[in-house]
Order: sequence, then C-alpha cells, then structure tokens
Amino acid sequence: MIETQEFKVIGTRPIRPDGIDKVTGRAQYGADIKLQGLLYGRVLRSPHAHARIRSVDVSAAEKLPGVKAVITGRDFPAASNETVHAGEGVVNFSYLSENLMAQTRALYHGHVVAAVAAVDVHIAEEALKLIKVDYEVLTPVLDVIEAMRDDSPVVLQEVRTDELGEKGTKPTNIASHGRHDLGDVDKAFANAAVIVEREFVTGTVHQGYIEPQNGTAISSMDGSITAWTSTQSAWDERREISEVLKVPLAMVRVIPMEIGGGFGGKLNAYLEPLAAALSRKAGHQPVKLTMSRDEVLKATGPTSASVMRVKMGADKSGRIIAAYAWMAYEAGAFPGSPIGAGAAVIFGPYRFENARIDYYDVIVNKPKAQAYRAPGGTNAAYAAEVVVNDLAEKLGIDPLEMRLKNGARQGDRRADGPTYGPIAYLETIEAIKVSAHYNSPKPAPSRLGNKVGRGVASGYWGNWDGRSSASAVINSDGRVSYLEGSTDIGGLRASLAMQLAETIGLKYEDIRPMMGDTQTVGFNDATGGSRSTYGSGMAAHRLGLKIIAEMQKHAAALWDVQPEQVNVKGDVYSCGEKAITFKELAGQLDETGGPISVSVSLDTKGALPTFATQVVDVEVDVETGKLQILRYTAAQDVGRAIHPSYVEGQIQGGVVQGLGWAMHEEYVYDKDGHLLNGSLLDYRMPTALDMPMIDTILVEVPNPNHPFGVKGVGEVPIVPPAGALANAIYDAIGVRMNVLPMNPRNVLKAIGTI
Amino acid sequence: MSRKISVSATINGQENEFLCEPRQSLLEVLRDVLNLTGAKEGCNNGNCGACSVLLDGVLVNSCLVLGVEAQGRSITTVEGLAGDELHPLQRQFLENAALQCGICTPGFLVASKALLEKNPNPTEHEVRYFLAGNLCRCTGYDKIVKAVMAAAEEMRAKA
Ligand code: FES
Ligand code: FES
Repeated sequence: MIETQEFKVIGTRPIRPDGIDKVTGRAQYGADIKLQGLLYGRVLRSPHAHARIRSVDVSAAEKLPGVKAVITGRDFPAASNETVHAGEGVVNFSYLSENLMAQTRALYHGHVVAAVAAVDVHIAEEALKLIKVDYEVLTPVLDVIEAMRDDSPVVLQEVRTDELGEKGTKPTNIASHGRHDLGDVDKAFANAAVIVEREFVTGTVHQGYIEPQNGTAISSMDGSITAWTSTQSAWDERREISEVLKVPLAMVRVIPMEIGGGFGGKLNAYLEPLAAALSRKAGHQPVKLTMSRDEVLKATGPTSASVMRVKMGADKSGRIIAAYAWMAYEAGAFPGSPIGAGAAVIFGPYRFENARIDYYDVIVNKPKAQAYRAPGGTNAAYAAEVVVNDLAEKLGIDPLEMRLKNGARQGDRRADGPTYGPIAYLETIEAIKVSAHYNSPKPAPSRLGNKVGRGVASGYWGNWDGRSSASAVINSDGRVSYLEGSTDIGGLRASLAMQLAETIGLKYEDIRPMMGDTQTVGFNDATGGSRSTYGSGMAAHRLGLKIIAEMQKHAAALWDVQPEQVNVKGDVYSCGEKAITFKELAGQLDETGGPISVSVSLDTKGALPTFATQVVDVEVDVETGKLQILRYTAAQDVGRAIHPSYVEGQIQGGVVQGLGWAMHEEYVYDKDGHLLNGSLLDYRMPTALDMPMIDTILVEVPNPNHPFGVKGVGEVPIVPPAGALANAIYDAIGVRMNVLPMNPRNVLKAIGTI
Repeated sequence: MSRKISVSATINGQENEFLCEPRQSLLEVLRDVLNLTGAKEGCNNGNCGACSVLLDGVLVNSCLVLGVEAQGRSITTVEGLAGDELHPLQRQFLENAALQCGICTPGFLVASKALLEKNPNPTEHEVRYFLAGNLCRCTGYDKIVKAVMAAAEEMRAKA
C-alpha cells in the first residue's frame, strides 16, 4: 500500500548533484564546448515568408579566406517520407529535413537556405553576405482562418486533407480534420436550460528558453558522427541525424550537454545535422553552430496560434449536458500542430455524456509549430474555462462548485476517448476552496479607479511514461555510480538518485548520478510529456531491485547460504544471526564473486493524467488596460512529490509561463509575414518585477502504478493560468476576454475604449 | 580578419593580458578567448542578463561591452564569486532550489551580488526591481527572490 509507505529520502529536499557546477559557472552547456580545430558556423535564412528558391550561388562565399565549408539543399539527400513518434509528437523525416534546410521553397521568414563553417564566427557571418539566392516571392499564408478558405494560396502543394480518415483530392492548407464524438450532442443541446457559446483567438507564442539552440558535430573519416548538443532527447536527435544524413544509426553518437531550458522546443534537431554536414565538407573538422535570439524566435519553437469556438449547455441544476468545440491550430510550415493534445485538454477536466470536438491542423507560412509545455493545452483550456465560468454565472453557481459538480472522476469517459483511471481532479478544487487565498478578501486596488478581480480555472494534462534505461556500478566504498539517460533540465538527477537511494536503503549522498549519452547507456525517450521522474524513476527503482538481488548473492556467498535465505531491510543484509550492511558488503565484493554492475531497460506504462486548479487576483487599470497580478495560488495533484522544492518550482515556472502567454507574449508579423518582434525586448516574457510569489499546494494522491506514487508534474501547471486570469478580469471589470494575449491593447478593446 | 589588440585587465582578481579583435564583445572574449564560459549568451543584445558581469563593480551586460573596453579595468564573473567556499548567494540558490536549468543562474548571481553590495537589506520589491533585467524562464522567480533575500539575511548576520 503506497499510501502508508514511509520514506527516508523521498520527500526530503537535498541539493542537486550538479548544483555546485551550475552556481560556479563550470557546468558545460552546449554552447560552452571547445574542441581541437573547432570551426564556427552560421546559417543563412530566408528573408521571405514564402518564396520559390530559383538558385543559390555560394561560389563567392566559398572563396572568402577562412571559410572551410558551405552547404545548401544540395547537400541534403531526400529523406524518407516516414512519420514516426518522437518526443511529444510525430516527426516526418522528409519534412524535418526540409525544415532543417530548404530545397526549392522557402516556407517562412527565417527558413534555412545555406550554412557556412569558418575559422571564426565573424568570418562565417561575412560569408553569408556573399551568398546569392534568387527568390521568386510568393504570397504568404499567415492566418489560420484565411488559410482554411478554398481560395487561399496553398503552402505545400502536395498536401491533401486527412478528412476524418479519408484523403482529400485537392491541394489545401488543411492537413487534417479530426472529430471526437460522445453521445448525441445535438439532442442534448436541445434539452439544455442554459447555453453559452463563445469564440476565442490566440496568438503564436514561443517556449522562450534562455539558452539558444546549439549543435556541435564531427563527421569523422570513417563516416561516423558525434554530436554535442543541448537536447531534451539525445535518442531522437540521433535518429534524426541518421535519417537526414543517411548515416547508420549506430554510427551516430549524441552527447547531451547541460541544457538551458527546453519546454518542448528542444525535442527535435535544428542545427546538429547542419553541423555534421558542414564538418563532412570541412575536412572532418568539428563545427559548432549556435543560434542568435532572433533566429531562435524566427525559426524554432513556436506553438500554435489558434481559433476556437466553444459551446456548452447545462440543465437547471448546473450539470453540463452538452459540449461542442471547433478548434483550428496553426501548424506552421509543415503539418503537425499539437491539435490532438489540444482536443484532449479542452474538455479534459469535465464529465459530459454528450460532446463533440472538431479539430483542424492548418499549414501557414510560419515556423513549424513545436511542443510547448502541455502542447496545445493552455489556449484550449482558456476557451473552455471561460465558458464554464460564464455558464456558472448564468446559473448562479459558484465557479468552484460548478467544477466540483461537473469535474471528471474515475470511470468517466473523456470526449476524445479514454476512460479515466484513478485521477484526482476534485481534490485540487477542494484544495483551492479551503486555501488561505480563496478565503481572504480580495486585495484593495493600489490606485483609485483600478479594479481588482479574482478568478479560478482548472486544467488537465495527460502525462507520458515511455522508455527508460539506466545502469549502475557498486563501488568498494559502498557508493553507487549511477548512469541515467534522461535529460536533466531542472533537478532530475537528484529526483532519480533519491528514488534509487530509497529503493536500496542508502543515503542520497551515496548515489553518484551522471547523465549518459546514446553510446554509454540504454535507450531513453525524451525528457518531455512530464515523463522523466515517472519513467526514469521506475527504471531507478528497478535498477535498485537488481542491485539488491546482486548484493543478496554476494551476502549468500559470504555466509555460504542460498541468496533467498538472505533478508534485506534497508541497507542491512542478514541471515539468522549474521548481518552486514550494504557498505560493508560492498567492500567485500571481490571475495564474494567479483564486481557488480547492473542495467535495466524498461518500456514503462501506467502514467496517470494530472489536474490543477488555480486562483489569481488581478488588478486592472481601466484607463491603460494594464494588468498586475497581485496574488496567485496553484493547487495540483502531484502524485508523490519526490523532491518537493523541485515540484513547487515546476508549478511556479509553469504558472509564470502561462501568465506570460496570457498577458504579453505574441508573435507580431507584418502583412508579408516578416516577424517584427524577434528579440526578448519585443517578445515580452515576464520579469521578476511582473510577478508576485506563486503559492503552491501539493495535493498528493499517489499513483498506484508507480513504486513511489509518482505522477508527472511539469506540464499541467501551464494549462489553467490564461483561463484563470480571464475569469479574474471578468470579476474585476465585467468583461469576458476572448483573445490572447490579454495585453493592454486587447483589454482596452474588450472594454470598448479603443 | 581585423587586427587584434592587446588588452590588460584584472579578471576575478587576477592580472590578465589577452588579444582581441575590436569587434569582439566582452562576452565573446570571456567565453572564447579566456575560456570563462560561466557568463552565458541568451540574446546578445542586452535583453536577458545571462551575460551579467561586474565591470569595476558596476553590473553590466557583457554582450553590450566591447572586449577592448576592459583595458585597465576590473571584471568579476560568476567564476570569481566563490573562494574556498561558495558565496552565500551561491549556497542559498542551491538550498532554495532557485535554479532549474541553471542557464540564467550565473547572471542572477552576479546581479544579486551587485544588488546586495548596494543594498544589504532589500525588500522583496527591491529585489524584483533590481533583477528585472535578468530573465529566467524556468522558475517563475519565486525561489530566486527567496534565495536572494535569504542570502542577504545571512550576509547581514555575518557583517
Ligand atoms: S546575452 Fe547579454 S543580455 Fe542577453
Ligand atoms: S533556471 Fe532556467 S532560465 Fe532560469
């Protein structure tokens, strides 16, 4: 019974093993790497959002002294058209390759058309200016609704709509239209006492990790490639390099460096294959590529702008009996927005008998949409949570009561198919209901005329389990060298070492964790989908059980008994009167059969969805439209908090990202599709001054499928903030927001002053 | 290739002489010439603070300073904060879990040091105001602000 488990290590807050390196500047991130003979690369990008590339002339660039290699689309063989699961979504290698390096068409402002390696970065930059590209500029497609019209220009001529499973016949920007159906939604609406229907529009946003993409690679004379990079997924990167450059998988080694944030934006390759291709041409010297911030914003990441219509109907008692959503997400220049996840999130927290969701993946001339923390979730939940509050108001029901009444519980079937296992959504609502925040009066406005409002919202996220491997060596001093393969973006080494220590009864400090690479440890899926503490934690536990079994054998040899006769309690191994500690036994391995090393590879199952409910107080300056967040409390079902500080940190970080999305962040394009705000001054992310403390409530309902009860925690906190804030604005000024970001201009527009 | 210029400067307390091109930023010199990669490049145009260093005790974005401007001056980078032991800010950042990915951490540590030298007893608002030039995308700032306040308290108690 995990509810009654007692822990020595889990639930404590030790300092992470990589901490000292990270506060002293010694930690090696991708851009920090130095190699003998290192060349520096730069990338030439399309100045047009949509163009035919007639020719690329690199002859002058190649002649510039100091330039060692120039590559273009000609250096990229046609990749297979296969679509595979990678990271948090799917990857089509042909499109991946074309996204890495344009062939005959430039599909967004910032699309790569050539790359240069030179002895220093300034020479590489000079060389870019010598490359002549002949473009035929085409009309860009920039808006999701426009893109869906029959008379819209088409971005990818080969695309045919996947219309509820059937392929269409004519070129289109609608890559797919899917539908989820539950019950009889039309009949149910006809019986509803109250119906609310609203439309929402949300902008393109970026993950905003502070470390730009980087990639360093050597293509050796034997054809092998070694790449060093900041990645969430070394194994996915390896596969991508292998497919795009046509090098056998085992000939590619990806060494993950420390990573300066990812949030889904570093699941796929951008620079590594280019660096390897440059190295191949540059006499096999290593090549380092790094992006500028402008390139990061122009060409990586963003997550989809969207248009959504949500309709819900309730009976008089406040039970929601029908729900409909129409959702269109921008995929960017290639198919594959997170619309599927968005369609799971939008009604995720609720139990309906009748629901329909129509969802569209739409291609436009913008960078390819990537996963961003609970991909597609924040905007979807924004729409649903505003409508739920509106319904509650029309029915005269408190918004938390409305959610308690309609909240999903075990056994409910979600509109998009799955039936919920042991989930704990209602507990998060209850936690907010009894919180200090919810039970205090709203703060007074800081200025006469300003209005203060309070809003709540909830969110769902599915969580992933996936494949994890790890290995360990027992040292003669009784410490364990532990090699794990999941990218550590924010304390994972500590959270995994704690689970291993707990399993084998050692102290946290006795585990020496290290991150392996694709050559040194078994296969690992991405750190994404909130999976690593769960899946790699399971691998740590299994590894621990194997260590115990090995140690039992050694104790048995020591006492000349059978391994089964050796009892294990914590770190003490005993048989009858005889007993020995793990440490003592580790000192006698050589006398009892030799060294111990173990490894595990798991395909883990059993991740459970998590839910969050949050409350925010906001002050609205009605004259300027400016919002100030006054107070924030986030409750979340975390399963079991392995390292509570890191769980709190995930929640706080997710909330603030969600608030940035809600309040400021948005790509601004001109009519020709040029990104106008490619800097961190103009792409406005929250600063310390914009935010209050973010209070967290960890609701611990352990996951019975995990040895320690873990549920993924990283993503769901970003889901509710936009909805909560919109509901708080309504409470303050009586205006329902239907657009993200809710920046001063959009707030004033909603009020009607501009 | 432009001509290189010889520059002498004190870096983390140590006399140093290096060659750099007039177009190289101080950040580039620190990272590529002197191999001090603690200062990070997040934007290269003064918007993120990841490259923060102290120049004669004043907080600057090293991406906005030219390497040659270091001539005759004193520079402190994150590598210069710890002596035999961690600086209280460094320790409090670890104890308060004020870093997740850690890419912003060197900048925050240097900026916080500049703050506490000016104002050993800052309010939460003063901490937030002073650190508004340093972006962190992971933490939501909560634990960073708490770590800085805790370090300030610790340093006041020792002073
Ligand atoms: S790199 Fe200097 S401020 Fe961002
Ligand atoms: S800890 Fe990642 S940016 Fe601050």
